Amino acid sequence: MSSEEKTTPRDAGNWAKPVEKLAVSDMPEGAVNINVEGRRVLSPIQGFGRMWQKTYKVALRGAGVSPQEVISVWKEEFPSFWPPGNVFYAPLTGIAPGEVALLSASVPGGLKLSTGVLVLYADEESFTFMTPQGHMFAGWITFSAHLEDGEPVAQAQVLMRAQDPLTEVGLSLGGHKKEDEFWQHTLRAVAHRFGVEAEPETQVVCVDRKRQWRRAGNVWHSAAIRSGLYQATKPARALRKRA
Amino acid sequence: MTQGTLSMEVRHVGPASVVDIAGDITAASEDVLMDAYGRAATETTRAVVLNFSGLEYMNSGGIGLLVTLLVRAQRLKQKLLAFGLNEHYRQIFELTRLDEAIGIYDDEAAALAAVA
Repeated sequence: MSSEEKTTPRDAGNWAKPVEKLAVSDMPEGAVNINVEGRRVLSPIQGFGRMWQKTYKVALRGAGVSPQEVISVWKEEFPSFWPPGNVFYAPLTGIAPGEVALLSASVPGGLKLSTGVLVLYADEESFTFMTPQGHMFAGWITFSAHLEDGEPVAQAQVLMRAQDPLTEVGLSLGGHKKEDEFWQHTLRAVAHRFGVEAEPETQVVCVDRKRQWRRAGNVWHSAAIRSGLYQATKPARALRKRA
Repeated sequence: MTQGTLSMEVRHVGPASVVDIAGDITAASEDVLMDAYGRAATETTRAVVLNFSGLEYMNSGGIGLLVTLLVRAQRLKQKLLAFGLNEHYRQIFELTRLDEAIGIYDDEAAALAAVA
């Protein structure tokens, strides 16, 4: 073993490199990049609301695939598993550490929320997204697969706080339920992809009940507010373009 | 205590407790990490100092565990400090912004000096 091999950690290639601010390298057709470019990423520590750990998992009984095969397909076909009305613009180079992906999510009130994620970590059995300033949540979500009693299990685990007071209110007024439905749909779709019809299990743990009021100013970056303004001013922008 | 390729030994040094970590930290490390924290966090502990000199591997599940550990420490009004991180793991702490909540020091003496 060379001295370089000894000093290079095994996970070195799995993590994104530190970035001060996010940069979107390619703009997919239809994507809106008003809430990602130039933003910093946030961990659950920088969020406002209560900290939650939500785990959604589905057993792929009889699928006859390894956890590595599940993750390979999940990465490759990630956008296809999302509920209708929500779009994940996968990076051209795929889901790999350091890549930035834009997304458009349907939220109550007919609003299309434009935001994105940084691929924080990726290996053969898991990958993790981290959210930028303005996203509804501050934190990360890890998609993974493992064996339980010899059968593959696909899992999505969110560790997050609502990023600002408005989102915190929204979560208590049905937002949590919507989020649960989103990831349950996703896992059902992943199971279906492997020929399994199964209901996902959901486990919700409140890790920290405290709200971090010093983070209330996060609302300044709110992607919901900025996306709403962007949509509302769309006709004016179209007119100006025509003139 | 050891599980898989992870072991954690706890030393009490004045008002601080030092946790010597050796091996891999992943989502599967929860029991070992929380057990070590339980031994480290006595009634008089003002800070828990994590020694990462023996860290060999960490994935995103491991980083998530450190966040939950931080919440537990904050609940007990204890500081969570770290030393022994190599350049790679320092970068991960920076990327995930854990360095804003967990004080990072070059060595044990510097970390313990920050507790005093």
